[in-house]
Formats: sequence, structure tokens, C-alpha cells
Amino acid sequence: MTDDAIKDSPEQAEFRAYCRNWLDENPLTAPTVRLPQSALEIMTPQQMDYLQSWQKRAYDAGLIGCDYAKEYGGGGRNNCQRIANEEMQKTKLPFFPNIVGLDMAAPTIFFHANEEVKKELLPSTFSGETIWCQGFSEPGAGSDLAGLNTFAEKKGDKWIINGHKVWTSLAHFADWMILIARTDKSQKHGGLTYFVVPIKENLGKSVDVQPLIKMTGETGFNEVRFENLEIDDKYRIDEIGKGWTVTQTTLLHERSAGQLVSAKSEGGGSGQDETGVMAGLINLAKSNFTNGESSVKNPLIRDELMQLLIRIEGLEQNQRRNRVAKLCDHPFRIPLQWKLVATEIAQGVGNLSMQIEGAASSLYIADVNSPSKGQSPLFYMNSFGMTIAGGTSEVMRNILGERVLGLAKTK
Amino acid sequence: MLDQTRDAGTQPNNFGFGENEVMLRDSVKKFFKNNLSTEKLHRLVAGDFDLHRDATAKWDKELWQQMVELGWTGLAVPEAAGGIGMSAVAVASIAEEAGKAALPSPLIPTLCSTYVLKACSSAIASSALESIVNGSAFSLAITNQKGSWEPEQTDVSVENNQLNGTAYFVQDAQKVDSFIVSAKNSKGVGLYLVDAKTQGLTINQDAIVDLTRDQAHLSFNKVEAKCLTESGSDALTQAHPALLTIVAADMVGAAEWQLQTTTEYAKMRKQFERQIGFFQAVKHPLVNLMVMIDQAKSLVYNAACAIDHEPEKAEQYARMANSMASDMADFGSGRSVQLHGGIGFTWECFIHIYFKRQMHNQFLYGDGKYQRSKLADMILGAVSQ
Repeated sequence: MTDDAIKDSPEQAEFRAYCRNWLDENPLTAPTVRLPQSALEIMTPQQMDYLQSWQKRAYDAGLIGCDYAKEYGGGGRNNCQRIANEEMQKTKLPFFPNIVGLDMAAPTIFFHANEEVKKELLPSTFSGETIWCQGFSEPGAGSDLAGLNTFAEKKGDKWIINGHKVWTSLAHFADWMILIARTDKSQKHGGLTYFVVPIKENLGKSVDVQPLIKMTGETGFNEVRFENLEIDDKYRIDEIGKGWTVTQTTLLHERSAGQLVSAKSEGGGSGQDETGVMAGLINLAKSNFTNGESSVKNPLIRDELMQLLIRIEGLEQNQRRNRVAKLCDHPFRIPLQWKLVATEIAQGVGNLSMQIEGAASSLYIADVNSPSKGQSPLFYMNSFGMTIAGGTSEVMRNILGERVLGLAKTK
Repeated sequence: MLDQTRDAGTQPNNFGFGENEVMLRDSVKKFFKNNLSTEKLHRLVAGDFDLHRDATAKWDKELWQQMVELGWTGLAVPEAAGGIGMSAVAVASIAEEAGKAALPSPLIPTLCSTYVLKACSSAIASSALESIVNGSAFSLAITNQKGSWEPEQTDVSVENNQLNGTAYFVQDAQKVDSFIVSAKNSKGVGLYLVDAKTQGLTINQDAIVDLTRDQAHLSFNKVEAKCLTESGSDALTQAHPALLTIVAADMVGAAEWQLQTTTEYAKMRKQFERQIGFFQAVKHPLVNLMVMIDQAKSLVYNAACAIDHEPEKAEQYARMANSMASDMADFGSGRSVQLHGGIGFTWECFIHIYFKRQMHNQFLYGDGKYQRSKLADMILGAVSQ
């Protein structure tokens, strides 16, 4: 067993000290606007400006893209992104707005794009100057993603794209989109090709973005239509017909099961890291009443609080065990569980916060008497976005059953 | 109260699993694979399905002897007392493999007793630890008729070093050489060492569901006992995280067997012209079980690691591990029978052996709800009546 398994490597230890010091010495000024619970609900340019300038500062300080090579705008370090994330987590800081860029576009471009595109797009993705959105789902292709119909037709060294994407978070701010399109109608998975496409510069021309309203009343996601969008062949990612393979790289990283760790800073805003959420939930229970009695004294609420606390600790200890290969039976067993378990825990937190508030959980954002300023019902409703987006819990269970347990495939 | 800023430096990141621990775990795994197949286990313990079968323990004494010679039974005994003095994670991983094999033996109660003896710090406790290294098996007689796991609550009392009363739910009583008995003395509760053959001690066999162990209630009638410690509550409280963790590890191992065996069945059994594992009504519960196992396993290693490296947090982490493991055992056992369908409901299918072991494990030292109510008192503060 290597020394890394026991403690930080010398490089990590030095970097950790640097991060801690930088974060201590460079406190962030508080936002003048209300921040949403995650990057997926950014609605106004004011929110975006504030979050984008925070991401730029963090990038300039070397806290983003730590493990990517310097020639792509990275830090050229080894296994240091996790260290930066841990230190940012401890300091109450807002999330980064470029979530699609950091979690999905950057690792996909890194593993599959040509040199020119890597150098063109990676640095500004890390700095947050290039905002990304994801063009995967379509009206007719959700869980069965490979059934998508957006079509890319080759004309010389250009591609002409036509189609309709939905649930496209951040499309109203995005400069670029990661896109899967069909290039061959005669086969399903093998007929897909992956692209990166500039959308902002084509808005109102070959690209149309319309907001969709979430069940919470928030915007933040959109539908995107392409009408003869023309792009250069250099923005094709990997080979023609390899789109499904490239998509797996994106999805693994989206589900935090990929090879590269993405920059994360989720200790603040109104969203919080899980330990913070739990502390918040306990405080909520201490100051609220359900059915006329103190919530924290209700034995059923106490039991559910402890169940969540245990599951959150279990999630954390799984991540710890996953870094010790000899304690893991199958290389994907823990990584592929993360998305499923983390989002279902979040939903449990949201649900329990409603129980804790009792009758007062009826009060929403605009009601000054809401014990959580409406955040509890908002979070609970938004948690369904988490258990649906990026592979529903049902699809995640299929993937785990098939790829890890080896059970017969659904498709 | 709630730990907001975990200090990364308190516990080793790898839970203390160094090369020695991994080697040990692998050799235990191999030993059970070679020496105790499920077929052999079924022949050994499930020969008699009679509801009124006699309660004599069925176990392989030679296998136990081999384990003693390999040094596994004295694993947690400190080097000063002649043992190997290995870490609690090593102990947990052995308990996990024993659970996976559904091993009938006094291993689990002896490992638990080791931690109680270590917490006694007396000359008598030290010589008891030495006898464990030499092959003696121990069990704990610390539970009253109501099944209380609280150290103060015992139906045994002591006067002039003589025990009177009854201790209940004593594990593997037929297989062990000595008992550690909690008894009320003039100051509180003490712990006493009693040889299984002592005059005045009656070992009353319970007729139990689980085929992989035996259980008894012990009647004491003026039984001569040696005092291990006058402060029995303190010693039991100190050893308590280890007890919870060892039983939780056993459950994790058994649940992994249930998962693998049921998964194999779901790949082999065909209905509606398909492997039944194709259907999400089968596939998804198996995944849910896997998720619970992984959580429980990681929580067990964390609790075991805390016993050696972060003792002030050990109780909290052990309750978390045992709670998750108990719920996992309940869910996994139910699903393993249900997903096997009709065959899973028969005596000839091996599934029932693990189902019964898990039913038994679930309540030992407190079920999941009990652990959570204790944890809630620690974290939220107790609710005044």
C-alpha cells in the first residue's frame, strides 16, 4: 500500500497549506443578490456575474483545473483538485457557475478532442469565461438517450445540425454546448457522433433558446432548437460514430465516477455541503414544531434525522474506502453509486425538512413567516431535478445492476 | 455537537489497512473458501429440520482448532499478553469473513470478550487474555431477561465472590470455556470470570432459530467467581464500540454472501423467456442491497479504525455502523428469500441458513432503531420525560 493511502503526498500537503492560506487571506465579498441553491437555477445576469467573477478569482489562484496539464490552462499537479475542493468546502463559499464546463465538457474535451480544440477551449472553461451547457436529452430521448434524433449532416469539412434539445440548464448564459447528434440513421448507438458547438454567437440565427419553467417556479433550464447550424469539422469530438463512447466519459464525470476530479465549491450560497445541510436540519428541528410539539423531540423525526446522518457518513466513508483499492471488490462499485445515493440523500433531507417545519412548510419564498425563508420546500422540489437529471435513479440502478452485478441488460 | 470540520489527520485515510491486515484478511478468506463450503456447512448444521430437534451445538471443532493454531482467536489480544495485538480493522475484517462463511464457532464471542477483558485492566483479566491465546473460548453473559444491552441492567448479583441469578441470551455458550458475567455488587456492577464447568452454574440451552450458533441462559447458584473489575459499567462502555462493530462486520459479510448468491440465481433462473435479473423488480432490490452493504462496510471500517485511532468518536461511529448493518441485514435477508421464489422458501436451499443468522445478528447488542435512538441522544441531546 502506498503512502498516499495513509496521508497527503508531499505535493498535496504543500498545496493544501497554500489553499488554506489563500482562502484565509482572500475572503469573498457577500453577494448583493439572492443566490440560488445550485448552478442549475441561475436566473439573472446579476447572479451569473457574481458567480463568474468568483470562479475567475478561484481559477487565477490555481484552485481550478489543478490536475490538468499547464498547456491546457491547468495547474499541472497530481491529485490536487480533491485537496482544493476539500479546503473550499471547509470555507463557506458559493458554487461555481460553470458546472457543465467543469464537470462534463472539460474531461470530455481532455480525453477525446484534438490538440487545437483543447488549447482553444480548456483554459477559458476553467476560468469560467466560457460557460457551457449540455445538449443530450430530447423530447423523445430521455432515459433511452441513444434514441435521440438531432441530426448532423456532413457537407465538405462542415456539419449542418438540425434538431431539438430539452432540459438544457444554463443554455440562456452558455457560450458553448456539448452535443450528441445522430450522423447515421441506420444504427442506434453506433450512429451517434459527439460535437462541441458555439451557441451564443448563433443565437437568433441558427440557434433558438427558450426558457422552461420548473415546478418550483424558477427558470434555469431551457429548450434549444437548431435550424441548419453550421460548424467546423474540427469541433467534432473523436471519430464519427464514436459518440456513445465519448458520452460515457461525459456521464461518468457528471456522476462523479470519472477519472478526473472536477473543481467543486459548494459550501455556500443557499446550497450547502452535506455536513452543513445536516447541521442546518438539526437546527431547524430544534426551532420548529410539528403537530404542536417540538420537532426535535419527536421520536420519528429523531430516527429519520439519524438515518440521514448515517447515510451521509456512509457516503463519505465510501469515498474514503474507494481510494483504497484493496478494500473495493469491483472498480466501479462505489463510484457508480455516488450519483444515486447522494441525490436520494438530498431528497431525504428535503423531505425531512418539510416534516420538521410541519404546518409552516406550507410557506414559500415570498412569505416572511417561513422558518426557512421558503428554502425547505424549494430544496425538496429541486431534489427531484437531482434524481432525474444526469440519469434517473431508475437508470442508475439499471447501470449498477448490469455493469457491477452483471445482471441481464435492459436494452 | 455535529462535527462540522473533520480533522483529516485523526484517522489514517486507509482505515489502518496496511499490508499485514490485507494479507491476514486474504488468508482468512482463502481458509474459509477451502475449508467451509456452503454445502459442507449445510450438511454440518442443517441435518435435522425437526422443530423440536435437540439444541446441541453443531460445529466443526477441528476447524476451530486450526484457527486457534493460526493465531486468529488471539488476534486482538495485546502483545504483552502473548497475543498478536492487531488493529480493530483486522478484527473487523475477520468477523466479516466469518459472517460470509456463516461460521459456527465461538470466534465472534471470543473476539468480543477480548475487548471487554482489555478494558478490565486487572491481573485476572490479563491471565484470561493469555488463555485466549492458548485456545480458550469466551462468551459474554451481560444481558438480562428483558434483553437489555445496558451494562447496569443485570439479573445476576454478587456477594462474597459468589454469583446468584440468571443471565440471558449468552452466545455460543456450549462452545466456550469461560464466561464474563456482569453482576450487581454493593457499589454498582462488576464483571466476573466464571469457568463453564464451575459447580452451581447451569447452562440452559435455548432452542433457537439460527442453525449456525447456540445460545443459552445461565443460572448461577452460589457460583464461585473471580472479579475482573469492580467498575463493570466502565469496562463494558469502553468495549461497547468493538462489540457493535464486530457484530456489524459479521452482518456485512453475510449480506455480501446473500447478494452474490441471489445475483447468481437471478442470472441462472429464467421465467417469461428471460433471466429474471432482467426485470427491474428483481434488479433494483439487488442494487439497493448492494448500496446498503457498501455503506455498512465503509461505516464498519470507519468505526473499527476509530476504536484504535479516535476512541472519543468510536461509540458514535459504531452505532452508525451497527444501525446501517442491522437494516441491511433485515432488507437483504428478506430479499434473498423472496427473489429466490419457491425454492428460497425450502429447507434444502442454503438461503435460509444466512437468513436465520442475520435475524439473530440484527438484535445482538441492539437493533437499528435502538442504535439510532442512542445516537440521537448523543447528537441531539436526550429528551427529558
